[in-house]
Amino acid sequence: MPLREVAAGVGLFGSAAWIIAFPVLGLVLNLVLGRRLGERFTGVVASGAVALSFGIAVLQFLALRAAPEGARVMVADWIAIGSLSVPWALKIDTLSVTMMLMVTGVSTLIHIYAAGYMHDDVRFQGDPGRYTRFFVYFNLFVACMMILVTGDSFLTLFVGWEGVGLCSYLLIGFWYEKGAGGIGNALAGKKAFITNRIGDFGFLIAMFLAFWAFGSLRFDEVFQRAEEAGPAAVGVITGITLFLLLGAAGKSAQLPLVVWLPDAMAGPTPVSALIHAATMVTAGVYMIVRNHVLFDLAPFSSNAVTWVGGLTALFAATVAVGQYDIKKVLAYSTISQLGFMVAAAGLGAYVAAMFHLLTHAFFKALLFLSAGSVIQGVEKGHQHAGEHAAGPDRHEAPFDPNDMRTMGGLRRRMPVTFWVYLIGALALAGIPPLAGFFSKDEILAEASRIHPAVYGLLTAAAFLTAFYMGRQIWLVFFGSPRSAPSAHAEESRLVVTGPLVALAGLAILGGALNLPGLPALASWLGRTLGEAEAAAFNPLVALVSILLALVAIAAAWLLYGRRPLAEGEADPLRRLLGPVFVGIQNKWWIDEFYDWLVVRRYVRLAAFLAEVIDGRFWHDWFHDTLMARSFRMGTRWLAEAFDLRVIDGAANGLADLIKAAAGRLHRLQTGFVRNYALALFLGAVGLLAYFLLQR
Amino acid sequence: MNVPTSYVVGLSALLFTLGVIGVLVRRNAIVVFMSVELMLNAGNLAFIAFARASQSLGGQVFVFFTIAVAAAEVAVGLALIVTIFKAKHSIDIDQMSSLKG
Repeated sequence: MPLREVAAGVGLFGSAAWIIAFPVLGLVLNLVLGRRLGERFTGVVASGAVALSFGIAVLQFLALRAAPEGARVMVADWIAIGSLSVPWALKIDTLSVTMMLMVTGVSTLIHIYAAGYMHDDVRFQGDPGRYTRFFVYFNLFVACMMILVTGDSFLTLFVGWEGVGLCSYLLIGFWYEKGAGGIGNALAGKKAFITNRIGDFGFLIAMFLAFWAFGSLRFDEVFQRAEEAGPAAVGVITGITLFLLLGAAGKSAQLPLVVWLPDAMAGPTPVSALIHAATMVTAGVYMIVRNHVLFDLAPFSSNAVTWVGGLTALFAATVAVGQYDIKKVLAYSTISQLGFMVAAAGLGAYVAAMFHLLTHAFFKALLFLSAGSVIQGVEKGHQHAGEHAAGPDRHEAPFDPNDMRTMGGLRRRMPVTFWVYLIGALALAGIPPLAGFFSKDEILAEASRIHPAVYGLLTAAAFLTAFYMGRQIWLVFFGSPRSAPSAHAEESRLVVTGPLVALAGLAILGGALNLPGLPALASWLGRTLGEAEAAAFNPLVALVSILLALVAIAAAWLLYGRRPLAEGEADPLRRLLGPVFVGIQNKWWIDEFYDWLVVRRYVRLAAFLAEVIDGRFWHDWFHDTLMARSFRMGTRWLAEAFDLRVIDGAANGLADLIKAAAGRLHRLQTGFVRNYALALFLGAVGLLAYFLLQR
Repeated sequence: MNVPTSYVVGLSALLFTLGVIGVLVRRNAIVVFMSVELMLNAGNLAFIAFARASQSLGGQVFVFFTIAVAAAEVAVGLALIVTIFKAKHSIDIDQMSSLKG
């Protein structure tokens, strides 16, 4: 496939560089002027920059329809050392344009939402000055994400990959002085960053291996050479792909690196929606799909990918059932759905993976944003309740607006939020004809065809998905309020609900992208992914998953809907499941396990290194004993032996010599003029005698 | 009348020797001073003698300068001696030894 090379700025494809430049411009503008010109300016600039990027993405889409083979847009020469040549080029093909459209489109909606949400959030948290900073980070994130999806080589992709990781860290710790013990949020940011570093290490090793084996970092060249190398290179390709899987597991929070994503909910809710649900965490899936040629050549790695995805999907789904924090449920749900995507990618169903990635972005962003709306509604209710309450009650115990146990009955107080939340939940649960049904069903159908064991895992996860979403809907929106703040909750403003309605529309209609029998997305992505897969559809699988979803929702209704939870009452699941519920509530102690397995040993090693190696060896022995003492000895020798004897001796000796000479010579000066005259006379006689004898 | 140059130079040497002895032996500042003048004039005499012998005007011009400078020197020297006498009521040069080292 001859690829067209285009310089940046030439033609429709050439405009692609602006998709990165607009968010950068937006963040620079906000950095310089944002604080001075106020919140309205900041929000408009940030949202406008991303909306312009979306416009560019649409232009790329149109250009790609006219020229289906895509293009390679040269932006700049970046690295050229010996045989390593990595220009900064943007890869424009159906896969990257699909990601561009989704990321910029969803980002635009979330930016608009955040303009309203953060207005209230900075006031609840008590630092309105941070409004601008939020949007600077947010635009930076979009720019990095665009670098990631347009990356033409492992290295350019990695730049975006690290950039989004940085933004994730900055935004998780956005309220860095808040959280448990005043450092809870900062610790969550650190945890996300360090866990991601393990994944990044995998990605780096994969990159080095690819360069070592195939002499290039460009995707096209690596793929071509890998295919030419044939069976001889299966070993190294398996190595590359397994390390890529580690990278994807870090970014997409798969087993064994799941632990950071639930903690990442410490960030403001738009961050959870944009970065930790819709876009950044799907980068791992995107990266696997981007490298599909390599994974196709390494069946062992593909199998590993499938298992990782399937196990993660079920693991996270079970944990989601036992959470009380409204955002934690969604976080585990996100991990679970990412597991679906990863499993699909491992099965070779790349279109299905991308399809689920898109629909999941719509409904999970919707769910997170709605959850943010719920949280702020309850926070406002908390303020109202505080105003109504009598004086001494005003400073009660710290109140957690995320806790579903204190909610209930919000359906009446927040009708818009309720309806969009319901749509998102049904889409996630896989109820037709919403988007989630079609994409999830495609994955399940593929799995049932290729890999029955993983099909079982995914079906169980899908069942639990429907159950925990039903549980959440009934706990949050039905029954009667279980606390004063919920009773006084207040619906959000239009700037917040507007994007919710738009996303709800996408969550309803998103399935139309790739209907069975009308596989638009499959033929679109097929241009890049090689073969156009026919959208798998298996009526039996679809029927089973619909029935299971309905059963799960019915079970949720039996437990939480028939008789709503009363204030202070324990979760009915606790009685039903007993010790199992304790397990899922504690996320199967995975954090404690890692703490025991890695963290504690690592801390002990660090303490050993600090105490013995650094403290005793380097500091006490090497520095204090060896260097300081020998330096002191050296200086003492210089001071006592050399300075006192040699230097001072020379100076004093010279002075003594002159003094002694002067003591002798002063006697010549008698003061008698006649003596001097005699000396002159004798001198003259002497000179005369000398000259006479010379002649 | 033609006196040989060696006679004149011999007289000059005799005068110079007298001056040296005077400077070295006498303690009276004025006598020492006069002895110095004697030595100067012995020099002048030798100049004149050699100038006449070599038929050159240079030596005679030198003598003019020497006489002028000696006159100025006498003025300064006598003034110093008067001042010293006012301070010490003596012109014995052996008593002027305050620069002894």
